[in-house]
Amino acid sequence: MSEPELLAENLACRRGERLVFSGLSFRLEAGGALLVRGPNGSGKSSLLRLVATLIPAADGRLLWGGVPVESDLSRYRQSLHYVGHQDALKAALSPRETLALAASLRGVRQPGAALERALEAFALDAVADWPNRWLSAGQRRRLALCRLFVAPAPLWLLDEPFSSLDPDNQRRLENALEAHREEGGRVILTTHLERAVAGARGIELGSGAAE
Amino acid sequence: MRGAFLGLVRHELRLALRQGSDTGIVLGFFVLAVVLFPFGVGPEPALLSRIGAGIIWVAALLAALLSLDRLYASDFEDGGLDLLALSGLPLELVALAKGASHWLTTGLPLTILSPLLALLVDIEPGRIPLLVLSLLVGTPALSLIGSLAAALVLGARRQGVLLSLLVLPLYVPPLVFGAAASGTVAGARSDLLLLGALSLGAFALAPWAAAAGLRQALQ
Amino acid sequence: MIRRFLIPSQFLGLSAKLLPWLSSFAALLIAIGLYLALFVVPPDYQQGDTVRIMYVHVPSAWMALNVYLFLAVASAVSLVWRQPLADIAAQAAAPIGAAFTFVCLVSGSLWGRPMWGTWWVWDARLTSVLVLFFLYLGYIALVDAFDDPSRGARAASVLAVVGVINLPIIKFSVDWWNTLHQPASVLRLGAPTIYLSMLIPLLVMAVGFTLLFAALLLLRMRTLLFERRARALRLHSPAAAAARRELVGAPSEVLLRGASKGDR
Repeated sequence: MSEPELLAENLACRRGERLVFSGLSFRLEAGGALLVRGPNGSGKSSLLRLVATLIPAADGRLLWGGVPVESDLSRYRQSLHYVGHQDALKAALSPRETLALAASLRGVRQPGAALERALEAFALDAVADWPNRWLSAGQRRRLALCRLFVAPAPLWLLDEPFSSLDPDNQRRLENALEAHREEGGRVILTTHLERAVAGARGIELGSGAAE
Repeated sequence: MRGAFLGLVRHELRLALRQGSDTGIVLGFFVLAVVLFPFGVGPEPALLSRIGAGIIWVAALLAALLSLDRLYASDFEDGGLDLLALSGLPLELVALAKGASHWLTTGLPLTILSPLLALLVDIEPGRIPLLVLSLLVGTPALSLIGSLAAALVLGARRQGVLLSLLVLPLYVPPLVFGAAASGTVAGARSDLLLLGALSLGAFALAPWAAAAGLRQALQ
Repeated sequence: MIRRFLIPSQFLGLSAKLLPWLSSFAALLIAIGLYLALFVVPPDYQQGDTVRIMYVHVPSAWMALNVYLFLAVASAVSLVWRQPLADIAAQAAAPIGAAFTFVCLVSGSLWGRPMWGTWWVWDARLTSVLVLFFLYLGYIALVDAFDDPSRGARAASVLAVVGVINLPIIKFSVDWWNTLHQPASVLRLGAPTIYLSMLIPLLVMAVGFTLLFAALLLLRMRTLLFERRARALRLHSPAAAAARRELVGAPSEVLLRGASKGDR
């Protein structure tokens, strides 16, 4: 059970009274990556939020290591990192404090070393004690991604992770994804860009609305 | 889990401290609201002394309401609520931590300030400790009930007004017992006990309802 | 989706059959009750003809409370079992309950004018009903406060359950407050002794009001269901149902089934 796989069977998602997608199935095993593509409104973010258990599936089920995720929700949530399209940063806090909260919420007792590692992952150590309000959009995005490193989790769910990143940091993210997958981690990411992630399989979501 | 809970409370307090003005505005409102009453009912000391405890309780209740609508709103807007939901901390404890930090930044300062206001409305000195005690025992109920309503209105239009409409009817029992406990020296004991029971009840039940509200808001 | 006690379309059929019966019986009983109350029951030796207001006031007070209980139970069912009809029932019941509460308050005030000499007395029961009225208003406001109607329904369900837990506490606190502040000489609402000649019209009115509630509830539920259906039709037009789903990448790994099953 050390390398549980994620299995989605026949997922359907409803937002309000609109059926966004249905009949969606996929399998994601250790080292795998899934690239979700599709136009606006096709349900890319909804799919990630659904896999993150933030919204309930209208139909279908999600299995982690062969058991439905609802049977041990807290264990499943502890084994995933979700980085939404919002950065969830408080203007008055510093990057270091932001990550310290993330670590403490993940139950990390002595976050010191993990924090430094996380800050270095996206080269934020120089601004670690600035207030977040001074950060640029790209730096804010990087700080949000730094949360991936404060506590280990095998499943990463990243919503538009490449947006606002400059080429250097896009490369950093690609390297991080690669390293994560080499260690047996799994990634699901969304993008509206024509972007390839090495070795990733794709899911194309159609337009859900009448357009 | 205890570490995460305390970490969240510390985070909320640090935010409140950095943004500082929120508690200041609440306290300023509290003082102003009490000061307005003599203008409305006249400066007669006997009258003020009789209704003083009630005035202070009503003002404290409105002041507590003032800072409620931001309790979860910023987390809801910036995506922080997602992280809280996915953390190792159950949403019930998240709600409790939020309620606790609301009390520490609102209820407690109001309680500390209340003796000063008691002098302004001519409450006789012997009753002031009772007033302070009643606020100390009763304001946690205000924060906890308020945190539950704040979770329910997340994402609504006109959150602030809606919040008062939801919360004020639920504030009737704490107001009744709180004002009664500080109104007369005789018989204050049973009022205080009932007020304490309310706070304990809110402590036990409000986080569950607030967590249910937060779960709805996330979807 | 799976756990449905009653499917909305079944409900629409059933309610269409029930509605004429319920409304006729409600009208009949209320007519009989009003006739008894206005012409048959003798005037009270103390209150005179004013006592006749009681035959509207007391049943509406009962309904005010019972409809709130109904609202809370329906909300709990919708929260726990996600039963869509329970949701609709709760939403449909709220304005009806608020109306009964309002009738109770107004009739109480009309009764109080000759009895107490003022339109409003902070009587314990009247005050509790006033707070109940605000609970109804909060529920109705919360349902309508969101752009996504289902979100409003879910939040309001939690509020209704919270409200029903608070109801006895509020009642107790208001009674407590009343005994603290009220001189005991005030004439209270509600009769201490009820004679059979008064009880019968009262019960007839109560049953009539209950049937009236049931009829209005079904009517409003049907309206809400039709509204929902109209919205769904707009969203699931043929073009929307034909939304296409494609698969790229290694087909053996990613299985996509049943491209679009539409709304079930």
